[in-house]
Amino acid sequence: MDSQLIHLFWTFSIYVIMLLIIGGYCMLATLNLVRALIGLEILMKAVTLLIIAAGYVSRHPAQAQALVITLIVIETVGIAIAMGIVLSIYRHKKSLDSRNIMSLKG
Amino acid sequence: MESLILIILVAAALFTVMTRSLLRAAIGLALTSAVLSILMFRLDCPMAAVFELSVCAGLISALFFSIITITEPLTPEKVEEERRARMTRFWYLPVILVIAGIVLSFLSVSIHLKLPVPEANNDVRAILWHLRQLDLVGQVIILLAGVFGIVILLKEAGKKNG
Repeated sequence: MDSQLIHLFWTFSIYVIMLLIIGGYCMLATLNLVRALIGLEILMKAVTLLIIAAGYVSRHPAQAQALVITLIVIETVGIAIAMGIVLSIYRHKKSLDSRNIMSLKG
Repeated sequence: MESLILIILVAAALFTVMTRSLLRAAIGLALTSAVLSILMFRLDCPMAAVFELSVCAGLISALFFSIITITEPLTPEKVEEERRARMTRFWYLPVILVIAGIVLSFLSVSIHLKLPVPEANNDVRAILWHLRQLDLVGQVIILLAGVFGIVILLKEAGKKNG
């Protein structure tokens, strides 16, 4: 039973790694600030999936849920703040292109 | 069944990243959240699934839609230029993903985990209010910080506009 659950955890981990690749690639390759936030969201989804899978495999789903609820709250606040920053950048530069915000580049 | 849902989840995330239109990307993100919440229901996490569905698929998507509507669309020339640039940057992603999937599925990693005893108290409300009170305090502080941050950002933008 334990080995079956651990195998199941490995199956989930494969998909978590794939989601991490998708989110990370999106954040690295895109030049659009909104799309970078979407990449960040996908990274968060990967972490959420990992926590849920770990809770299911370890048979502690309630603890995993409590962690996921905390994660969702933090994620929402983080995205809202990041969107505020993107919006102020857009108002200032009239563009969402990350190449246009090189003012602080040393 | 879980495998099918996981495949749909990865496909939705890939669509989100690969699609050209920002609006479609936001819809894809909402779809990813919805599929993840179905998976959560199936993995005995109904409360987290409800949160995921209402907050991530609902609220965050609404935030994305609003920011996309506020910003101006690109001119047709810029759209064409952007399309070509995106093709050169993003065509590697499905290839990398397929290779990673094949390699990882053939990789037999032996994880030596000793699984703990199943949880006696399975009520998420009891755990959240009794065991993880510090987390709740942290959440309240983060929410307050978020609200103040947004107020300051909008205030500065308002000052510049005015």
